Amino acid sequence: MSQTDAAQKLAYALRFGDTALVLSHRLSEWCGKGPALEEDMALANTALDLLGQARHWLTYAGELEAQGRDEDALAYHRNDREFFNLLLVEQPNGNYADSMVRQFYFDAWHALALRRLLASNDAQMAAIAEKALKEVSYHLRRSSDLVVRLGDGSERSHAMMQAAADALWAYTGEMFMGDAVDADAAAQGYGFDPASLRAPWLDYVREVFDEATLTLPNPDAWMHQGGKQGRHGEALSYLLGEMQVLQRSYPGAQW
Amino acid sequence: MYAQLVETGAQRVRGTDELEGQERVFQERIDAGVKIEPKDWMPEGYRKTLVRQISQHAHSEIVGQLPEGNWITRAPTLKRKAILLAKVQDEAGHGLYLYSAAETLGVSRDALIAQLHAGKAKYSSIFNYPTLTWADIGAIGWLVDGSAIINQIPLCRCSYGPYARAMVRVCKEESFHQRQGYDLLLALCNGTPEQKAMAQDALNRWWWPALMMFGPSDADSVNSAQSTQWGIKLFSNDALRQKMVDQTVPQAEYLGLTIPDPDLKWNEERGHYDFGAIDWDEFFNVIKGNGPCNRERLATRVQAYEDGEWFREGLNAHADKQAARGAAAA
Repeated sequence: MSQTDAAQKLAYALRFGDTALVLSHRLSEWCGKGPALEEDMALANTALDLLGQARHWLTYAGELEAQGRDEDALAYHRNDREFFNLLLVEQPNGNYADSMVRQFYFDAWHALALRRLLASNDAQMAAIAEKALKEVSYHLRRSSDLVVRLGDGSERSHAMMQAAADALWAYTGEMFMGDAVDADAAAQGYGFDPASLRAPWLDYVREVFDEATLTLPNPDAWMHQGGKQGRHGEALSYLLGEMQVLQRSYPGAQW
Repeated sequence: MYAQLVETGAQRVRGTDELEGQERVFQERIDAGVKIEPKDWMPEGYRKTLVRQISQHAHSEIVGQLPEGNWITRAPTLKRKAILLAKVQDEAGHGLYLYSAAETLGVSRDALIAQLHAGKAKYSSIFNYPTLTWADIGAIGWLVDGSAIINQIPLCRCSYGPYARAMVRVCKEESFHQRQGYDLLLALCNGTPEQKAMAQDALNRWWWPALMMFGPSDADSVNSAQSTQWGIKLFSNDALRQKMVDQTVPQAEYLGLTIPDPDLKWNEERGHYDFGAIDWDEFFNVIKGNGPCNRERLATRVQAYEDGEWFREGLNAHADKQAARGAAAA
């Protein structure tokens, strides 16, 4: 593997790891504040699954980098410009409708993406995907179910879900936009072309929204991008400031 | 201790031989160690006392998510973060079992939560203290969950079946929680001088509130005597507190931390540690609502509930629609 190849693969692993880590963080911000006790438990459970996945991805990224950085060095000692998560997952929690629609948009993509990674020629990536897919299949079942029940619920719940669906829509396009890292992943056979997930994702979201009596926003609307390349919104550096405070305040300490 | 100062309604405890009819049969079953189950006859006072005790315990688990949740997003390693997340998820689960146990006594979870939000139901005083540093997460696991275990292990043998069975499961998880707290502090105590100072500071702040969790001496309390006769309280507050002190002192020594009590010393004659006087004024103030975090803990729970109203209403509306569609199709 040439140096460029290794750097591309490292960036690819970091995208999955950072995305899982940042969404896990957002979900854990809900701790003790969910709309029902069962939701508190489900949020913590999902956050824990994503955190576990992030640890696998970041550990593997550290191995690919071969500079001696472990999961914690990568999670706690990079700035927001060095994080490669999707913009969608860093969006602030908003109300519970916002958080659930964010989860649904992401889960629908995540399940498709992991299914593609099962065929990765990188054994470690395929193994992480296999383990994660079991968890994510459940996340998707749960978030789809909530979208249907709340969309086709009361007038108020319908309005809140539609508002969330519209507000977050512009952050979904990035999941399907490829760049040189994605092209390398697809060409080398360890990853896939993200554009190929767009049609099945749209089909699935449309099907769930139909059942939920929600209106699918315009698929050709303008979309934000940049997260995968390290250009984020203002919210991410606050998130990292909070996450990293102890590691940054006590350099070198063991916890 | 997760349930403190539980009112029984008793003025005087009557012995088994003073009881008649169903009440006597009930007491004889308890005396014989037979579990009381939801459909069995029970005195109204027994039912009400259990509802108070179990719901206080449930509320404590739910409110207890907040001080610990305060550090999930700032946990210093991903492994510690995962452990803390799992622990807080367990606490929510304990809340669920306990509300379910209370529901077997004929009161709904919604009604119990409404009492909490109206300020009519209590939760453990300990959760009205703030978690100021990462070491506080260790102190809660070690001291607070440690005290919970001391109190709850006997409750696995209490007279009410659903409560006893819930406690068996809760105790298994609490034991893991205590170990994670101690392990967290051990890492700090083996770390830098700053980390060790953080651990000592946490012990200084949590020690006395942890001892207060058991409640004031109940040697002369009619409520405690009644609860003891009913088999829902098995040891006195003082006995449980002594057990906690005796168990914790050597653990503090192993950590190299100093318990903030100049009067603490081993009493050879008693075979126990003697310890200093507890500031019960502070305890009663916290119970009355004057603890550092009472206002924000309750406000956070109320806000979460109110913010979630549309969510619960939406799910109910959907369930109603589904039922109507089912009826139309039939």
